[in-house]
Amino acid sequence: MDENAPGRTRFKPASLNTAVAVDLSGVHKWYGDFHVLRDINLRVTKGERIVICGPSGSGKSTMIRCINRLEAHQQGRIVVDGVELTDDVKKIDEVRRDVGMVFQHFNLFPHLTVLENLTLAPIWVRKMPKAEADEIAVHYLRRVKIPEQAGKYPGQLSGGQQQRVAIARALCMSPKIMLFDEPTSSLDPEMVKEVLDTMVELANDGMTMLVVTHEMGFARQVANRVVFMDEGQIVEMNAPQEFFANPQHERTKLFLSQILN
Amino acid sequence: MSDTATITDARLSFVRDRPFDPLPPPLVHSGAIGWLLQNLFSSFTNILLTVSCVAMVVWLLPPLIEFLIFDAVWDGSSRADCIVTPQRPAVGACWAFVIERLGFFTYGFYPIEERWRVDVFFVLLAFGIGWMTWLDAPRRGLGMIYFFAVMPVLSFFLLVGLPAIGLQAVSTAQWGGVLVTIVVSAVGIVVSLPLGVLLALGRRSKMPVVRMSSVIFIEVVRGVPLITVLFMASVMLPLFVPESLTPDKLLRALVGVALFAAAYMAEVVRAGLQAIPRGQYEAAMAVGLSYWQAMRLIVLPQALKVTLPNIVNTFIGLFKDTTLVFIVGIFDFLKTIEAARGDVNWATPVTSVTGYAFAAMFYFVFCYAMSRYARYVEHRLRAGDRR
Ligand SMILES: Nc1ncnc2c1ncn2[C@@H]1O[C@H](COP(=O)(O)OP(=O)(O)OP(=O)(O)O)[C@@H](O)[C@H]1O
Ligand SMILES: [Mg+2]
Repeated sequence: MDENAPGRTRFKPASLNTAVAVDLSGVHKWYGDFHVLRDINLRVTKGERIVICGPSGSGKSTMIRCINRLEAHQQGRIVVDGVELTDDVKKIDEVRRDVGMVFQHFNLFPHLTVLENLTLAPIWVRKMPKAEADEIAVHYLRRVKIPEQAGKYPGQLSGGQQQRVAIARALCMSPKIMLFDEPTSSLDPEMVKEVLDTMVELANDGMTMLVVTHEMGFARQVANRVVFMDEGQIVEMNAPQEFFANPQHERTKLFLSQILN
Repeated sequence: MSDTATITDARLSFVRDRPFDPLPPPLVHSGAIGWLLQNLFSSFTNILLTVSCVAMVVWLLPPLIEFLIFDAVWDGSSRADCIVTPQRPAVGACWAFVIERLGFFTYGFYPIEERWRVDVFFVLLAFGIGWMTWLDAPRRGLGMIYFFAVMPVLSFFLLVGLPAIGLQAVSTAQWGGVLVTIVVSAVGIVVSLPLGVLLALGRRSKMPVVRMSSVIFIEVVRGVPLITVLFMASVMLPLFVPESLTPDKLLRALVGVALFAAAYMAEVVRAGLQAIPRGQYEAAMAVGLSYWQAMRLIVLPQALKVTLPNIVNTFIGLFKDTTLVFIVGIFDFLKTIEAARGDVNWATPVTSVTGYAFAAMFYFVFCYAMSRYARYVEHRLRAGDRR
C-alpha cells in the first residue's frame, strides 16, 4: 500500500513536535581546546525517563547542564519544550522556568529557611503572592515527606533531607522537565533510598526526567532508556533490560562489569 | 565480677557489667584558680607576659587618671586658669579650654544663630542610624527609605539653606568640626558600600568592557594616596573646569573620599563573593532567577555576611581618614582642634595635649561603637543559621 496516500500519513509533524520535551541534535561543546561534547543527538519525548551513565569525566554533567543553559553549547541545536536555546536571555529564562534541576551537592540556600528556599522562585520569578507560594511549598514538602522541617535552615537537616528539599524546591516551580545530576552520590548509603523513593514517585506521576546516576537499580525500575556516554559521546542507548542484559559496545561492557560487581 | 577481672581473664570478649560513676573534674581546670592557671600562668612566656602587662598598667594608669581627672581644670575662661601657679603646683588636662571651644569643635564657623539647624541634622541622622541598626525595629523597609532618601534631602536643605522657606543660605566654607567629619564619613559610608558592590560585581563580570573599567577604576584609585585624590579634586579640577562650573570644595572632597572608599570596598566585597560556592549562583539560575535577583537574594546576602568584619574595618578606616580633608582647607573636627590650640588666649603647656586627648576620645568612641555593633550583628547572623 502506498504510504504517502492521502489520509495515510505516517506521522503528523506538528503533534510529534509537541510530544518532544528535549531535543539535542548535533551538539558540540569545547572547554578551550578540550572537546567535551561531541555530536550529541538525543530526543526525549514528554513523560520519558532517561538515565545517563558513564565514566567520570565523560561529559554527563556538561550535557545535562546544557539543557538549562548553565553551560552554553557551541554547535548544534538544543530545543527544550519547543524553545531553542540561544544567547537570547528571554528564551533562556523561559526554559529555566520550566526546567527543574537537582544537584549532587543540593545547593540549597543556607541563609534561608527550608520554606523560604521553596517559595523564593515562585515569588520572584512567577510573581506569586506569598500566601499562595507558602501553600504550594507546604504541599511539596509533604510530598517529599518532611513538612515538619519547614522552619529549619538547610544546615540543620541530614543530607537525604536536604536533597528532598532540593527536589521540592524544583517542583515548586511546576517544571515540565526535571534534570538530576548525580542526586544520590554525595549521600550516605542509608539516605540514598529515601531520595530514590521520592524520584520513583515523581516518575510514576509522569514527570519527564533526565537523570545522571550510577544507581542501576533505579535505572532498571523507572528508566525508559539508558544512555551510556564516554569521552563526550553517546556510545550506547537502549531500553534498560536490553542495556543491562545485552550491552553492545566494548566500553559499555567494561563499564557495566565495573559498576555492577 | 569487676571489669578488671574480666580483662585479666584474657578473654577476648568484654561486657561492662557496672556503669562508671562520674568523677568531679580536676581542680586545676575549673573555678577561678583553674582559669587563672590555664589562661595567665600556663607557661613561662605566658607568666612573663602577664607580669609585664600588669606592670605596664600599674605604671601608666595612675598618672593618666591623675592627669585626665584629678589634676584637670574643669572650669575657667582663659590661660590663666590652666597654668602652674604657686597655689596650683600640678595642672592636668585643661578641660575648660575644650568646654569653652566646644561650639567651634562641633559646628566650625557655622553662624551661631543658625547652629540649631546642625543640631536638628544630628538628631535626624541619629534617628536614622538607630532605625537602621536596630535589627528588630518595626518597619525597617520604611527606615531604609527614610535613611537613603528622606533624610539626605532634608539634611541637605537644612544645612545648605533654603531661603524660600526662611532658611538662610550657609556656605559650606563655614561648615566645620564634628559636622564636617560626620557629613564626610556618613556620605563616604553610604556611597561606598553600594558603589563598591557594583564595582566588585563588575570586576567579576563576563562582559570585557564592564570588567576592564571596574579593574582600571579600582586599581588606579587604590594605587594613589587619598591625599593625592583630594588634591586632584580640589586643585586640578578648577584648572580644567571654568570657575563658575567648579563644584563646591566640600562636595569635591566628598566625591573624592567616597570614590576612594568605594575602590577599597570593592576589593573587600570581591573577597566575600569569592567565598560563595559557584553552586549557589547556579542553583539560583536554575530556578529561573535573573542575574540581579540571584545577586541580591542569594549571593550578596551570603557574601556580605562573611565579609562583614572587613566591611566594618573599612568603615572605621574611612572614618579616621576623613581627617585628611584638612589638607585641602576643609575644617574637619581635628582641624578645628588644631586651629584652637594655637589660640593665644589659651596658650598653656597643656592645651595641645588636652585637645588631642579630646580628639582621640572622640574618634575612639565612634570607632569602638562601630566595632561592637559589627560583633553584635555577626553574632546574630551566626545564631540565625547554625550549621
Ligand atoms: N569549567 C570547565 N572548564 C574546563 N574543563 C571542564 C570544565 N568543567 C568540566 N570540565 C571537563 O570536562 C569533562 C567533562 O566534565 P563533566 O563534569 O561533564 O563530567 P561527568 O561525566 O559529569 O563526570 P563525573 O561523573 O565525574 O561527574 C571533564 O574532563 C572535566 O574535567
Ligand atoms: Mg558530573
